[in-house]
Amino acid sequence: MKKIVGILTLVLFIYACSSDDSTIDDQGPDPIPSAFDRTALLENWADNIIIPGYIDFTSKLSSLESSTILFTTQPNESNLETLRASWLDAYTTWQRVSMFETGPAEAVGLRLNVNIFPANVTTIEDNITSGAYDLNLSSNRSAKGFPALDYLLYGIASDDASIVAIYTGGQGAQYRQYLQDLVTDMQTLTATVLAEWQNGFRDTFVSNNGASSTASLDRLVNDYIFYYERHLRAGKMGIPGGVFSGSVESGNIEGLYAGNLSKQFFLVGLDAVQDFFNGRAYNGNAQGESLNTYLDALNVIKDGADLSAIINSQFNTARQSVQELGNFEQELQNNPPTNFLNAYDEVQRIVPLLKVDMVSALSISIDFADADGD
Amino acid sequence: MNRHLQTYLNSHTEAAPLAVFRVFFGVLMFVSILRFWSYGWIEKFYIAPDFHFSFYGFSWVRPLGEWTYLLFGICAASAIMITLGWKYRLAMITFFLSFTYIELMDKTMYLNHYYFISILSFLLIFLPAGNYFSLDTLLSAGKVGSRKRTSKASKRATQYIPRWTLDSIKLLLGIVYVYAGLAKLNSDWLLNAMPLKIWLPSKFDIPLIGDLLGQEWVQYAFSWIGAGYDLFIPFLLLWKPTRTFAFVTVVIFHILTRVLFPIGMFPYIMIVSAFIFFDASLHKKVIYAFAKAVKYPKQLLETTTIWQPVSIKKYKISLAVIAIFFCIQLLLPWRYALYPGELFWTEEGYRFSWRVMLMEKSGYAQFKIKDGVTGKRFYVNNADFLTPLQEKQMSFQPDFILEYAHYLRDHFTAQGHQNVEVYVESYVALNGRLSTTYIDPAVNLAEIKESFTHKHWIKPFNDEIKGL
Repeated sequence: MKKIVGILTLVLFIYACSSDDSTIDDQGPDPIPSAFDRTALLENWADNIIIPGYIDFTSKLSSLESSTILFTTQPNESNLETLRASWLDAYTTWQRVSMFETGPAEAVGLRLNVNIFPANVTTIEDNITSGAYDLNLSSNRSAKGFPALDYLLYGIASDDASIVAIYTGGQGAQYRQYLQDLVTDMQTLTATVLAEWQNGFRDTFVSNNGASSTASLDRLVNDYIFYYERHLRAGKMGIPGGVFSGSVESGNIEGLYAGNLSKQFFLVGLDAVQDFFNGRAYNGNAQGESLNTYLDALNVIKDGADLSAIINSQFNTARQSVQELGNFEQELQNNPPTNFLNAYDEVQRIVPLLKVDMVSALSISIDFADADGD
Repeated sequence: MNRHLQTYLNSHTEAAPLAVFRVFFGVLMFVSILRFWSYGWIEKFYIAPDFHFSFYGFSWVRPLGEWTYLLFGICAASAIMITLGWKYRLAMITFFLSFTYIELMDKTMYLNHYYFISILSFLLIFLPAGNYFSLDTLLSAGKVGSRKRTSKASKRATQYIPRWTLDSIKLLLGIVYVYAGLAKLNSDWLLNAMPLKIWLPSKFDIPLIGDLLGQEWVQYAFSWIGAGYDLFIPFLLLWKPTRTFAFVTVVIFHILTRVLFPIGMFPYIMIVSAFIFFDASLHKKVIYAFAKAVKYPKQLLETTTIWQPVSIKKYKISLAVIAIFFCIQLLLPWRYALYPGELFWTEEGYRFSWRVMLMEKSGYAQFKIKDGVTGKRFYVNNADFLTPLQEKQMSFQPDFILEYAHYLRDHFTAQGHQNVEVYVESYVALNGRLSTTYIDPAVNLAEIKESFTHKHWIKPFNDEIKGL
């Protein structure tokens, strides 16, 4: 009996210690190299990809701000072109950071505030006319961010001279103000996110290196797949292509007013997703610990080929089939847009590879509930 | 009737082990329900979702909106009554019905251990677990002296109960373990250490053993020891010389599974259940200590009376019911043999068979709706209809896929689409194999009827898993 009690106590003690799932005390060398180092993976993501990405995006937004000030003080066609160029540059950079909707970005809802498209023209015009608007309201999400700027820089009139005329006309001051407010709003939100990453969240993120549905890796992988499935695949291709509604919706294309952008935005987004998979640094070509190396470390050999190689190869196939398309606006004029939908299918094929094979191989939890492995 | 069987059925044993079992069972069930409640799971899993997956034939069992809390409340209250031994039989029946109802509400939540609780509580209805160290016997004893009401014979304190009543619980536990062990005798588990090879490395953050779990030999060791444990532990518990060792093993094994896997209360239930294999003397010590603390009269623990059925006819019916119950328990896990194809792939006959921790299976299912009249087609966003957990479970289980397809058919028909056709593009990965197409994408699921017959629209499994 005493023995039982003794062993029971010991086991319970071990158990009690083990329920603490966020220990980072041991900085010494890992005695068994076979265990994959999740900390190194999270560090690579935070230090070499996410934070540099936000820094770059922040600086692009600063340029956008300067160009906006230039245009609002001297509204002319030349300054409009400068502003448009800064907008495109920032919008393109956004495609590289959009997927990191975790932690600080999730808290402020960065993606919801920066890139909900299509923009709601009626709300935008109402806001400008009334001059009374609170950009923090969720009802204004489709009246701000890049899509609203797209409308204000390309869509409010038929040619450049007429667009400039609006900014110099009777309501010009209100339009100029709105333009500036939109840019400031994006800057404020992004500055918050970057500041949090740089002051504390980075360490929180890296130290939460366990394996549970609330661990950094599990969460970010879920967010990453969600971005791929819902925003890159569906938002940029599936929805405009009519995959979910049965009829082409060219009005839901990204960069609607500027035109000829959605294909390149998609491709930038796809590059970002693949680079993230391979742990490629935001600046330069250095590759660190990544989902790719994690899968390799777990020695997931299937069908004679690495899962990571299969995923990379499907990324490449998808990229190539989209590259071969004309711009999305042209493709969607075909009814049905067969080539577009075929390219979409290649983009779609990545989803089960990420969502089924990768998640299964990494044992990523999707939700906290009891299970008995059936 | 066989003479040996007759002798066995007429033999008796101390009631203490069954009483201890009753008390622990009640406490653990109460804690389980409290735990479920405190996580907000009643709201999250039963009230918030619009759609629930039903067991075949039980689609009438639905969550009751806000009243679902009352259902859990009733279940928790009956668990307390069981612990106290107050109106034991009524409490046990209430518990069995309310708990089983809860488990039938949505098969997304199906777990083998919930099924175990359901059938165990069914068995307990027929056992005299409330006649020793219980409120029933205490109240009944108080009434013996009074003239107005005589105590019910069924509630009188008895020190001895039929041996088979205790053995039936041991038998049920033995079935659970041995069948779980038999299910592990397959090539994935033994030769490839799957799925532990996938699961264990992700538990790297567990102190002391975390680093070991990434080692291949550890994964094989866990697989083989796990299978051996399940197959032999009931026998080691039954045989006195190995009993203490076996119990220590039970504790270590289940605590380890608790640390490694999210299996809730199950490990504790199994640890406590294993107490029943110990001699009555140990249980009596426990009860005497408790009785002293709560001032339960000692003479009620030493009545030397033998439990007698109130009605011989009812007793015989009970015996028949229990005999049939065990026949079903012994046969049900083999029903998979009646289906063609790989069990792990089709899951036809997978549930209610003690197949636990056997598969790392995940899937992806994208549904395509086609209006049969206009020809218009589009894809469904599953998140519009299902919770993440429902979507996860649905994506690799054919009966879920079919039920959801029917739900989509009805939903889009109600929206005005005509002759709705439902197709699914699905991929499933099993135990580390690359994902392959799961359901025939050319089959219109809107037209398929659910039944117990083989689902021919499941694509064949491209590999072979040898074994039971």
